[in-house]
Amino acid sequence: MAVPRAERLTKWLIAGPPLAFLLAFFLLPSLIMALASLRYPGEFGGLAPLAARAGEEGGLTLENYVLFFGDWIYAQIFAKSLGIAALTTFVCLVMAYPLALLIARSPKKRRDFMVLLVILPFASNFLVRVYAWMIILGPMDLLFTRFAVIVGMVYVHLPFMILPLYTNLEKHDPALLDAAQDLGANAWHTFWRVTFPLSLPGVFSGSALVFIPVLGMFAIPELLGGKGDWMVGNMIKEAFLGTRDWPFGSMLSLMLTLAVLAIAGAAALFARRGARDA
Amino acid sequence: MPLLEIRNVTRRFGALTAIDNVTLAIEAGEFFTLLGPSGCGKTTLLRMIAGFDAPDAGSIWLDGRDLADKPPEQRPVHTVFQSYALFPHMSVARNVAFPLQMAKKPPGEIAEKVKQALAEVHLEDKGASYPHELSGGQKQRVALARALVTRPRMLLLDEPLGALDAKLREQMEIELISLQRDVGITFVFVTHAQPEALALSHRIAVMRDGRVEQMDTPSRLYGFPANRFVADFIGNCNMLPATVSEATPHGLRLAVGALGEVAAPPAERARSGQQGVLALRPEQVHIVAANTAHELKNHFAGRRDDLRGRTRERHAHRGAARQFRPGARALLRSRRARQSGLAPRRRRLSGRLTWPSRAPNA
Repeated sequence: MAVPRAERLTKWLIAGPPLAFLLAFFLLPSLIMALASLRYPGEFGGLAPLAARAGEEGGLTLENYVLFFGDWIYAQIFAKSLGIAALTTFVCLVMAYPLALLIARSPKKRRDFMVLLVILPFASNFLVRVYAWMIILGPMDLLFTRFAVIVGMVYVHLPFMILPLYTNLEKHDPALLDAAQDLGANAWHTFWRVTFPLSLPGVFSGSALVFIPVLGMFAIPELLGGKGDWMVGNMIKEAFLGTRDWPFGSMLSLMLTLAVLAIAGAAALFARRGARDA
Repeated sequence: MPLLEIRNVTRRFGALTAIDNVTLAIEAGEFFTLLGPSGCGKTTLLRMIAGFDAPDAGSIWLDGRDLADKPPEQRPVHTVFQSYALFPHMSVARNVAFPLQMAKKPPGEIAEKVKQALAEVHLEDKGASYPHELSGGQKQRVALARALVTRPRMLLLDEPLGALDAKLREQMEIELISLQRDVGITFVFVTHAQPEALALSHRIAVMRDGRVEQMDTPSRLYGFPANRFVADFIGNCNMLPATVSEATPHGLRLAVGALGEVAAPPAERARSGQQGVLALRPEQVHIVAANTAHELKNHFAGRRDDLRGRTRERHAHRGAARQFRPGARALLRSRRARQSGLAPRRRRLSGRLTWPSRAPNA
């Protein structure tokens, strides 16, 4: 059945602005960044001109990629960042799930209030909250450690795990829990056979909302971490603001984006297969 | 010994008494129905049998054992929920296998029993489907197969036909009856639909406001309702205010307004001078020619003009509720009316039944 023309037009009119926005401010910069990663750095930061003049570097080069794949240190920092992101995601999941479940199974009135409490920390500035952790962890001799980094990461990102989980769990039909119990399942089996499998979409979206920002985070490792806690984000920040080597920073950003896309793709594939086998 | 005994069970929710000192016994193999309007406590009672709720007073006994300390998962009782409550992330076969897995049966036995259970509900080829791919009637059957696959001592059905359309409901009624007969498991059925209850049940407990008003077979409930509520709730009934003028073990004589003296079957608690209501089923009223009137126990002279309304053949259990009220349409059987010569060619009779206005309820 053909969609009437006016309806199609309306759809585009509504979807158009956000689409154009993303096109202009995400896709286009990404392309600029990809191009930048192939260029030479300018003498005083920024980028060298595309057309090389005599005695100057210019044009396109794969130098940054050669550097990246030629030295283990970058792979190690990427691996460490992935590890920290994975650990943060896991800790967030374990901490958020019981709370999300508690909120979802509370009376309707109390639910809204509890959700409000979950998002309340957003009311204060992110950096203020991280500094607060410095004051807490400093006297305990835990500041500038990997532990401090994880604590900060979990603290900042926990609401991003709680909210999608809660949204999912709240929609579960309570009759399913009754049915499971009625058919002989104890609380353990009811959770692992019914509640958890049904909550997987929430688990995935919450994990994505935590994992991806953590992977690119630089403020928390810089403020709470030690020398060994440098992450990809710190490298990128350093490349742009410290050494002012824009092409190198662009290359790192692009590799980070590709890594995130690869992981998200793998997760989607895994989720689809999981759904088919279930 | 009855299979299930409910002894003096009371359940309160705040100021509301949902179940008020109910005692009843259900025999093994019975198709037992809890019937009543919404809010009468029938679902609360069912949830207490299943173990989702506990009585404030009284006890529930199954096979001679008190169920008080048994959580739902340990009761040999399964429920078919009104919303079916099929697990959406599991295939039909895995839904049906669930209770067997929880009972830790070996995989071979599970596969065999799942197959058998699906065959019982005529869904052999739907094992791999997911609940969202099924029609309402099919979901209903999966829910039945899942609840019956472990052969529980008792199956509880919470308005299971409520979500189906009328045609499908009738078909499922027939399937439920034959399924119950085939598997021989006691069914406890909850409904507010009296035609459903009358069609399915061996025995029915009619409930109102947390109490059992009457517990009996469908035909006795229909023929000998214990009180006005039951008479009104089950089938169609004409309610005629009456005063008992004579009560003997052989029968009653009633004074019914302008009709005068009426002979009625005996009633246990009826006393002379008592006010009450004569419940008259529509099929008990016949319109006959004056010269054959003496064949009937109670007969009243009337003119054709005294009747207004349509006369029609009705199935007593299925008709819409109508009552004789002064000036209201009457439910009468047309065949007898035609034979009587009062309605020789037409199905319509016109006139007015003049009965006195309603006396206060007794």
